[in-house]
Amino acid sequence: MMLSRDKIFSTEDYTAFISSFVLPMVAIAIFLGLWSASAKQVQTSLGQLPGPSAVFQQASNLVDEHFAEREKEAAFYQRQEKRNAAKLAKDPNAKVKIRPYTGKPTFFDQIVTSLVTVFTGFVLASLIAIPVGIITGLSNNLYKAINPVVQLLKPVSPLAWLPIVTMVVSAVYVTDDPMFEKSYLNSAITVMLCCMWPTLINTAVGVSSVDKDLINVSKVLRLGWFTKVYKIVLPSAFPMIFTGLRLSVSIGWMVLIAAEMLAQNPGLGKFVWDEFQNGSSNSLGRIMVAVIAIGFTGFLLDRGMLMLQRRVSWDKTAVLR
Amino acid sequence: MKREHLNIDHVTMEFPTPTGAFRALDNVDLVIDKGEFVSLIGHSGCGKSTVLNVVAGLYQATAGGVILDGTEVNEPGPDRAVVFQNHSLLPWLTAYQNVELAVKQVFGRKKSRAEIKQWIEHNLHLVHMDHAMHKRPDEISGGMKQRVGIARALAMQPKVLLMDEPFGALDALTRAHMQESLMEIHADLGNTVIMITHDVDEAVLLSDRIVMMTNGPAATIGEILKIDLARPRNRVEMADDAAYNHYRHEVLQFLYERQRRPGEEAEAVEQEQESTQELKVVKATRAA
Ligand SMILES: Nc1ncnc2c1ncn2[C@@H]1O[C@H](COP(=O)(O)OP(=O)(O)OP(=O)(O)O)[C@@H](O)[C@H]1O
Ligand SMILES: [Mg+2]
Repeated sequence: MMLSRDKIFSTEDYTAFISSFVLPMVAIAIFLGLWSASAKQVQTSLGQLPGPSAVFQQASNLVDEHFAEREKEAAFYQRQEKRNAAKLAKDPNAKVKIRPYTGKPTFFDQIVTSLVTVFTGFVLASLIAIPVGIITGLSNNLYKAINPVVQLLKPVSPLAWLPIVTMVVSAVYVTDDPMFEKSYLNSAITVMLCCMWPTLINTAVGVSSVDKDLINVSKVLRLGWFTKVYKIVLPSAFPMIFTGLRLSVSIGWMVLIAAEMLAQNPGLGKFVWDEFQNGSSNSLGRIMVAVIAIGFTGFLLDRGMLMLQRRVSWDKTAVLR
Repeated sequence: MKREHLNIDHVTMEFPTPTGAFRALDNVDLVIDKGEFVSLIGHSGCGKSTVLNVVAGLYQATAGGVILDGTEVNEPGPDRAVVFQNHSLLPWLTAYQNVELAVKQVFGRKKSRAEIKQWIEHNLHLVHMDHAMHKRPDEISGGMKQRVGIARALAMQPKVLLMDEPFGALDALTRAHMQESLMEIHADLGNTVIMITHDVDEAVLLSDRIVMMTNGPAATIGEILKIDLARPRNRVEMADDAAYNHYRHEVLQFLYERQRRPGEEAEAVEQEQESTQELKVVKATRAA
């Protein structure tokens, strides 16, 4: 018996392969080609604008630097331990100090810092925005009352919030033994203030547009307030709430980078700013690596939210993109 | 004197609109006995749903009121279960869970866990939904959804079952099956039923009385037709029954001669065609 070739690779398989793999690859190749061609035309005070290959070179440098830094750190702790052990051997009652390593954070450390900060701001924002959104969505009058305030605060740029947040944090958060860095709080609170609004508005709209028949069902059943919200309102507002959350994450990520640049708070934004100030011949390339990393991380955050939505959504047939 | 079960007492309903109050219902007055099956029929927009919503307590009458077993109806409640036209099941719950929500709310404290489960299954069995109990609304057909909606309403053990065009969105064959089921259930449980319908055959086949409403605005009850046909009724036998066809004719006459509005000829012709289609279905079921 002969198996014909197109039994194994049907025409649909080929089209699917082309549209989901080949087409994006072609687009990326064209993009890289245009980039490399146009970069050659631009001379800056820091030398020629780096093309793809120069940027790739810098990316691998950053990876190497990261591992070099980690080795230095490990070596530092090893030396310290040895010293302390020797001290203790001489005199078992000697006080030993364990000092933390204070090396420069690497590119990847900065990514982690930024991720932790954006996550904090986003979670704080959601913890405020979802309950407030539900309550405003349920009451027409409350919605009318709160809407102008929201509309007024929503378009405020992170750069405007930052000085206020900084002043308030340093005035209010005074302890001798701070659990969090002030810079971390500043960034996280700025992110929170800016990314709260899409979730709040979408939740309120989702909650207020619950099918009237379903609300009638809850009236006929005489469901209590809590049961009504939990069993009927929340599940039906769920897609809207998630749309808001996804917008919030994206906005939060953009805001964070700007805030870190402006306030010199640790994170990817500070990395970009430091490189800009540094002004070596490698700086532009390293900034471009950061730009790509920022874009890619933002993309991953969005995909992550989408996966979470697919996971917890009751409607598995909904097309989410 | 026998105490009346459900009294829709001179109900007038006005809706506030930007251009002033709109009087939808004017002096609707009707007394319904326990266990009676009443159909409301009338042209689209005359105010049938409004009557039902007033009885359900979802609307408050502007004047007059509704009295159920001696108590005035002021708010919605499970003693007046509603079957909505578009089924209104919660799409994120299975058929079982949809009925469960109602049963727990109504009997949560009075029944044990095992009794609740048994009661839910019993009601789904009544509407022949045992096999698809654990499917969600988007996984079952329109007729099945409507069955679950009815099961949910029945499970509340309501004094009155209110149905707003329960079978309006179904194809003729499915509708015929649903009518059979409803007749069975009504014979078994003896609920008081108010059903809105657009379908003349459905009204005559199922009802004890047909309440025909005049056209709005300010709609009211035009005529009430008592259907004196022995139960159980069989649609196939009814097709040739002289009394049945007489009742059917009366309703059609009311709708298309006495309550016909200018410019409604086209609609009337359509309706007539629909009725002949119904007849074909009857023949089809007989053949099968
Ligand atoms: N909430 C409301 N506000 C204002 N007007 C309303 C409201 N509800 C109904 N009406 C008006 O009252 C009239 C009766 O409406 P109703 O829905 O009771 O009609 P219906 O007989 O059920 O019609 P259909 O057969 O099409 O369902 C209509 O003219 C409608 O526009
Ligand atoms: Mg209606």
